[in-house]
Amino acid sequence: MLRVVTVYPDLLGTYGDRGNGIVLHRRATLRGFAAEHIEARSDGALPPADVYCIGGGEDGPQQLAVARLERDGTLRGRVADGAVVLAVCAGLQVLGRSFASADGARAEGLGLFALDTVAGPGPRSVGEVVVDSADKGFFPLTGFENHAGRTVRDAGLAPLGRVTLGVGNGDGTDGAVAGRLVGTYLHGPVLARNPRLADWLLAIALGEDELAELEGDPSVGLHEERLHAAGRARALR
Amino acid sequence: MALSGVTPELSARDRAGLAAMRLVNGASRRSGRGLGTVAGGRVAMRVAPRLLERLARGLELALVSGTNGKTTTTACLTAALSTKCAVATNASGSNMLPGHLAALGGTRAPCAVLECDEVWLPRAIPLEQPRAVVLLNLSRDQLDRTSEVRHVARGWQAAIETYEGACVANADDPLVVSAATGAPGVAWFAGGLEFAGDASSCPRCMARLEFDEHGWRCTCGLARPDVDASLGEGSALVDGTEVPFAMALPGRFNRGNGLAALLAATRLGVDVEAAAAAICSVTDVAGRFSTIDVDGTTARLLLAKNPAGWSALLQLLDGDTAPVVVAVNARVADGIDPSWLYDVDFEQLFGRRVVATGERWRDLSTRLFYAGVVHATEADPRRAIAVAGSGQEAVDVVANYTAFAGLHTGR
Repeated sequence: MLRVVTVYPDLLGTYGDRGNGIVLHRRATLRGFAAEHIEARSDGALPPADVYCIGGGEDGPQQLAVARLERDGTLRGRVADGAVVLAVCAGLQVLGRSFASADGARAEGLGLFALDTVAGPGPRSVGEVVVDSADKGFFPLTGFENHAGRTVRDAGLAPLGRVTLGVGNGDGTDGAVAGRLVGTYLHGPVLARNPRLADWLLAIALGEDELAELEGDPSVGLHEERLHAAGRARALR
Repeated sequence: MALSGVTPELSARDRAGLAAMRLVNGASRRSGRGLGTVAGGRVAMRVAPRLLERLARGLELALVSGTNGKTTTTACLTAALSTKCAVATNASGSNMLPGHLAALGGTRAPCAVLECDEVWLPRAIPLEQPRAVVLLNLSRDQLDRTSEVRHVARGWQAAIETYEGACVANADDPLVVSAATGAPGVAWFAGGLEFAGDASSCPRCMARLEFDEHGWRCTCGLARPDVDASLGEGSALVDGTEVPFAMALPGRFNRGNGLAALLAATRLGVDVEAAAAAICSVTDVAGRFSTIDVDGTTARLLLAKNPAGWSALLQLLDGDTAPVVVAVNARVADGIDPSWLYDVDFEQLFGRRVVATGERWRDLSTRLFYAGVVHATEADPRRAIAVAGSGQEAVDVVANYTAFAGLHTGR
């Protein structure tokens, strides 16, 4: 039984972030794998899981989420045992060493990614994003970002990819990858727009080399259409 | 229009501002580029920064705010107040300060009911000094444009704390209660809560709220207040008086909106029975719940702008069997990020004949796929209605803002 847990939707759950858990669960069951999706609130114990999806949130709840995840300990333990984690937006910052709190002070993250997030100099980064790279089959990725932070990685930490539209980390890259942990500023249901990223995560969690194509999967067309729209946006810029 | 109303004392600058607004709005209307309710107001605010304040002075003014139900509640309260005097209103839905200027600048009515954007409310209250403020609900809406919902609630609280008029507030929404508790003239109505996704944690201390049939409460002490107005079967109970209340508008959420208008009307001195009768007779609110004919298929138009609105409408459709056309755009007025689709339980459409349409039909189709809802797709909304109805049946169309406007105005 594959268990997918959406972490603390009461604290980290803006922008349809629960969509990522829904997508992973559904793509597993449509292929005949037994799977369940649990939306785990922050006032209970975090269930052990094969995949954790962590979403975005406001500054205060983000700090509270770190405190509760530290006290609970399950996420750290499961990561050490090889669980897959997809962290978007504030979730990416939560997995880092530190981020800027509501009053501008430095707030501690979980330290699973060697990165720090500081308050950005300008207005919030809001809009369509494209992230590309040659190194994995799921690129290019299409998504939407809405955040104020600038994320600085240590030299040894790989980004998810290179930003060809939008802001991402703020240095021309987006997100971070460390083993089975994936972080990105492409918020909300990023897996709905990027079925190959969803299947890549799923294959790791299921221990499968390759997953069969899904029949009648409308998200393949959605992925293409959003990349076309991004191409038009770039041409007009 | 009654000419006996209040004539505000306007300065030469104010008169210039008013003239400029009429000129620009008239030009905007004639050119067909706008409704003629916003551009002129912006110009007038530059020319005469105190014009809005002076126009509002002396008026018996009510403001209606919240994420959902503003337009319907404004229409209901306007109908109720109209039983005693002429009422100015911003029926076009232009609900920021320039729209308020347009509504007040063109009238001599002694009363006004204005719907107010929830982010602008803290600015509107001190400027316009309303006699009553109606607070309906707060939930996520267009997060790409406005700030987060708790931030909006804190803005409300700061504005309401020092406001001495009547504050008519929804006791069922914890975010509204946290903002309105402590207002000197607060009165509570049982307006219901259509989307609890943003209200599961206490707005003050983030602990989990306990919900049961009696309401909700938090360990920190914040709890659902006792109400001054509630709904019964075909009736409403206001300050202990029961009145008939069978509204023409459909849906539980519209009964909550009507109840808010009823309680506000009594605080503005309208007789409760007269107010109830006027509210019950409201049928068409800016085209919502109206029907259009598409090649012989009758389509009922339903507008939803955010997860709470969608959740309310999907409940309204539950138990119905008519085919459903779902139309989603993502223009600036809709919010350009359709991620919210995953905050709506489209699973409720399971088993219905469903057609996905609108400019973002691929996003919608993907969402329905993950909800396990078998559906057809058709990019053009009018053709989608024809496909769903097969030229025979009646069809329900749930659409977000610009998709709705496109069908309603035929543009």
